[in-house]
Amino acid sequence: MTAALEVKNLVKSFRLDGATIYAVNNVSFQVKSGEFVALVGPSGSGKTTMLSILAALLSPTSGQVFIDGQDLAQMSDKERVNLRREKIGFTFQSNNLIPFLTAQENVEFMLRLNNRANKTGRMRSAELLARLGLSDRLHNLPAQLSGGQQQRVAIARALIHNPAVVLADEPTASLDTERAFQVVETFAKLVHENDRAGIMVTHDLRMCQYVDRVLQMQDGKLVRVYETKDEIMELATGTVKH
Amino acid sequence: MKNVFLAFYLAIKEVLRNKGRFLLVSLVIALITLLVLFIAALGEGLANGNRQYVANLDADLIVFLEKSDFQISASRLDTNTIRSVRRVDGVADAGPIYTSSAEIVSLDEPLKVSLLSAEPGRPGMPPLIEGRDFRGGEARETVIDRNVALRSNIKIGDKIIIRSTQGVDDKFFTLEVVGLVDGQSYFFQPTIFVPASTWEKVRPQSEADLASNTAYPNIIAVKLTDPAQIDVVKQRLLDSVSRIEVADIPTTINNIPGYSAQQGTVQTQGFFTLLIGVMVIGGFFQIQILQKVPQIGVLKAIGSSNGVVGWSAVIQIVVVTAFGVAVGGGLTSLFSLFLPPTIPFVFNGVRSVAAVILLLLIGPLGGLVSIIYAVRIEPLKALRLG
Repeated sequence: MTAALEVKNLVKSFRLDGATIYAVNNVSFQVKSGEFVALVGPSGSGKTTMLSILAALLSPTSGQVFIDGQDLAQMSDKERVNLRREKIGFTFQSNNLIPFLTAQENVEFMLRLNNRANKTGRMRSAELLARLGLSDRLHNLPAQLSGGQQQRVAIARALIHNPAVVLADEPTASLDTERAFQVVETFAKLVHENDRAGIMVTHDLRMCQYVDRVLQMQDGKLVRVYETKDEIMELATGTVKH
Repeated sequence: MKNVFLAFYLAIKEVLRNKGRFLLVSLVIALITLLVLFIAALGEGLANGNRQYVANLDADLIVFLEKSDFQISASRLDTNTIRSVRRVDGVADAGPIYTSSAEIVSLDEPLKVSLLSAEPGRPGMPPLIEGRDFRGGEARETVIDRNVALRSNIKIGDKIIIRSTQGVDDKFFTLEVVGLVDGQSYFFQPTIFVPASTWEKVRPQSEADLASNTAYPNIIAVKLTDPAQIDVVKQRLLDSVSRIEVADIPTTINNIPGYSAQQGTVQTQGFFTLLIGVMVIGGFFQIQILQKVPQIGVLKAIGSSNGVVGWSAVIQIVVVTAFGVAVGGGLTSLFSLFLPPTIPFVFNGVRSVAAVILLLLIGPLGGLVSIIYAVRIEPLKALRLG
C-alpha cells in the first residue's frame, strides 16, 4: 500500500485576544490507499480543523500535506479546487446533498464536475447506489430519503469518481445507532474494496470498530494511535485503558 | 464554458424542482412588468395626445410671435409674416397654422376637439388618408382626424355641428366632412381642420375679436430646403423677419403647456417602479442565497468553482426574470385590448423595448448582491467552520 495522504509537522494556529491558540499542533501521520482511519477526540481537540486542512479548505500555519503526492502548500486556489474535485471525496455531517437533485443526480454530479458524465457513469452510479441498498430510491429527492439513506447517497457521491482520499466529517452524527453502524460499515467496506484512503472524523468511539487505525487528538496534538485490532476494539467498546 | 454548462444544469434543475417558489417570483416580476409597461404606454399615450400634431408636422422650424416663449396659444402672428418667411433663403415652404378648440354637438355625446386651420398642400396640413381637401374661402367643409371618426362613427359626406362661444352667446355651425387625416391629436383632443376664413368665423372668440374678420395664424410651420442648415436658416429668419422667435420641433413640443411636467411625472413613476422592482427582486434572491449557504458550501467543498456557483445564480435570475417579463408583457397586451379608447394608451416601439430591457436588467441588478455573496461563501461552511 502507498501513502495516499501524508501529513508532516502540521501546525494551525489562530490569534485570539492577543494569545496564540494552536488548533493543530505539530501533527504528523500517513494514510495508505485501502486504509480506513478514524480521527477521534473531544470537542475542541482539533479534529475538524485537521479535516479542513486535509480537504484543502484551510491553509496550515506551517507543515506540509501531500495528497496523492501533491503538496497542498504549493497549490494555487484554482489548483486546490481541482484537487478537491478530482482527488477528494466528501461526506458531511448534515446538508450533505444538493436538495433539488435526485439521489442518482447527486452522485452523478461528481462525474459532471469531473467531465465524466456519460452512459457508463450513469450505470456506475446506479450500481453503486444499488450496492448501498438504494436501487429503489434513485429518483427520489433528498427530502424524500431518511437520514441514513441520505448518508449512503453521500458515500456513493464521495466514491463515484475514484478519489485518492475520502473524508467523512461526523457521518453518523444525525443517525440512530443502528443506521450509524450500517453506514460506517458500508463506508469501510467500500473504502477497502476500492482501495481508497479513508479518514473519518467522529466523536462516537463505537464507530471505530470498522476502521484500521484510530488517531486520537487532544488540544491540537496527536496523543495516541490505536493500531492493533485489540486496541481498537477496546476503544470502540469502551474498555480501553487511558 | 464547462462552468457555464454545469451552472446551467444546476440552475435549471433547481428552478424546475421548485416551480412554485420561482413561479411566485416570476409573478412578482410579471406584475412589476405590467405596471412599468402600463406607465410607459400611458406616458406615451399622454405625450401623443399632447404633441402628436406638432410631432408629425412636415416642417423643420416653427415661427412664433416674439416673446411668446414658444407657446403656441400665446403666439399670434401678423398676416404679412407668412410672406416674409417664405422669402427667406433656405425656406422651401411655409404654412400658417391657426389653433383653437370647439365642441361637436351633433353626436350622442358632445366631443371636444381641437379646431385647427392650415393651408392644404402646405406645411401644417397633414396628408389625407381618405377623401379630399376642403375648398378655400369660407367653405363650410372640414377634414377630421380619424380618431374623431372612430369615436363618433362619422363618415365622409356627413355633416357635423360644432358649438362655439362667441362673445357671450353659444353659436352653432354646420360643417361637411370631406376628408380624413390620421393620428393628429393636439392638446389631448382629436383635431378637425377647416379653411382659415371658416376658422375665423367659427372659432370661439371674445366680443372684441368679433369685430375683425381677419384670421391671424398662431404659428408658421417652415420646411427647409436643406434640413442640415437648420441653425443657419433659423438665424436668417430671425434677422430678416421682424417680431418673431423661431424654434425647432422638439423645443416646440417641450413648450406645449404641461408637456414637460407631465412627462417628468410619468418618467419618475416609471423609474421608481423599476427601483422598487430591483429592491424586491434583490431582497428575494438575497433571502434565497442566505437559505442556501450550507448547500453552496457543500458545492464548493466538493470541487465546484466560484464560476459554477456565480453563473448558476446569474442564469437562475435571468431565466426567472425573462419568464416574468414575458408573462408581464403578455398580460399588458391582453389588458390593453379591453381599455376604452378614451384612455391614452400607446405602445411605442422604442419606449417599450427600453422598458423591457430595463425590466430584464432588474433581476440581475437586484440579484447582484446575492450573486457576489454566493461567490464569497466559504466552502468551510460545509464543515461548520466557516
